[in-house]
Amino acid sequence: MVGGSQLENANPLIYQRSGERQVTARDEDEELHDKIDDREIFDLIRSINDPEHPLSLEELNVLEEIRVKADDDESTVSVEFTPTIPHCSMATLIGLSIKVKLLRSLPERFKVDVHITPGTHASEHAVNKQLADKERVAAALENSHLLEVVNQCLSARS
Amino acid sequence: MKDALTLLTQVTAHPDSRCWFLAWNPSGTLLASCGGDKIIRIWGKEDGTWVCKSVLGDGHQRTVRKVAWSPCGNYLASASFDATTCIWMKKKEEFEVVTTLEGHENEVKSVAWAPSGNLLATCSRDKSVWVWEVDEEEEYECVSVLNSHTQDVKHVVWHPHQELFASASYDDTVKLYREEEDDWVCCATLEGHTSTVWSLTFDQSGEQLATCSDDKTLRIWRQIKTGEEQGGSKKDPSWKCVCTLTGYHTRTVYDVSWSHLTGSLATACGDNAIRIFEEDPGSDPMQPTFSLTAHMPRAHTQDVNCVAWHPKEPGLLASCSDEGDMAFWQYQRPE
Repeated sequence: MVGGSQLENANPLIYQRSGERQVTARDEDEELHDKIDDREIFDLIRSINDPEHPLSLEELNVLEEIRVKADDDESTVSVEFTPTIPHCSMATLIGLSIKVKLLRSLPERFKVDVHITPGTHASEHAVNKQLADKERVAAALENSHLLEVVNQCLSARS
Repeated sequence: MKDALTLLTQVTAHPDSRCWFLAWNPSGTLLASCGGDKIIRIWGKEDGTWVCKSVLGDGHQRTVRKVAWSPCGNYLASASFDATTCIWMKKKEEFEVVTTLEGHENEVKSVAWAPSGNLLATCSRDKSVWVWEVDEEEEYECVSVLNSHTQDVKHVVWHPHQELFASASYDDTVKLYREEEDDWVCCATLEGHTSTVWSLTFDQSGEQLATCSDDKTLRIWRQIKTGEEQGGSKKDPSWKCVCTLTGYHTRTVYDVSWSHLTGSLATACGDNAIRIFEEDPGSDPMQPTFSLTAHMPRAHTQDVNCVAWHPKEPGLLASCSDEGDMAFWQYQRPE
């Protein structure tokens, strides 16, 4: 857990961050309805902090743009995240942070599904089921200690 | 099927919060709603519109997940994430807490009264189901703690006539319980759903049970009486899944309600829709078939959490949603 003396994955691989979004003429056209797309969702979540390292989820390759799917017409967003190691005990916390960030940022009509990339975690099914259970997510977010930890992951680094 | 379901009115029940659950009082004059704002509201009809008659705001410290009326209509029980269940007594228009039931280790997910009014069941994320007895002095005592489920228990509901109740769980099963020599025992486990069972409802006869799940299906179970005598004691009836409704729901089905007046089955779904099913006339009771008779795709703007048929007016349905609203619908059965 956060503040523990032993790091679970002491020496993670660090990946290059992606650049800023390329703004096109279409993006700047105020007349056009701008649909929420994959890149926009990715930009919302790529800077979330890892609970263990002073690195973002993008830098640890936990999040990749190709694993983010947004469908504005259907009001659905689906994100797959890849824990750094298959026994990562913080997988649920990372998934919860992604979910909370998207629930706070997106219009309420969006259905947000957060899953582990298939085959990358020992307790994939259990973690996915817990993240999909909105009643348990609601109860977790009423827990002030857990909410504080989630907010730490979501706070922008200086 | 078109126009089978008509919106009568929509009301903001819990502003800026989820509306989790609705419960009609037995006479159908009042509707209780509860939500993420920790508040219970009591609604009644005045001059044709639904108005909030009472606000029950000082009972719980956290989300109120479900509410249930006693069969006499004088008491309301509320299950909360604060790990307690409050019993409210109705005094004219006002409600006050008469007892707080404590004991569950964490969130209480559901509460239900037995048809006699003397027993109450509660269930929790702590995986247990508790049976409470009410005595003549209105004292509540826990008479049994049932630990049959291996995961979070989502819902409890009593049989319409018998002292028998059922629970639904995150462990994908449904369990039934009855009293045996002063204690309560689990007498059946219904396996078949492949994910969380969110809710369940008995039909009017109590011989059939409908369950809904995160696996996007609805299952119909029928009680099979064995009639066999074993060592002088009658063997428990078994429950068999006689129908699975697949392919209708595109996301988690959060609630199901079986009308005891018309036999219509309504579902509340995470895809914002309300659907109604009817058993096909003349279908074999052991292999019944059901048809979708109403489908309201955007019944709410967010997940539908609950559907509740009015106990006296056939076809009147109430629903509520994550957006905090509740809606009233009139359902027209097919000819």
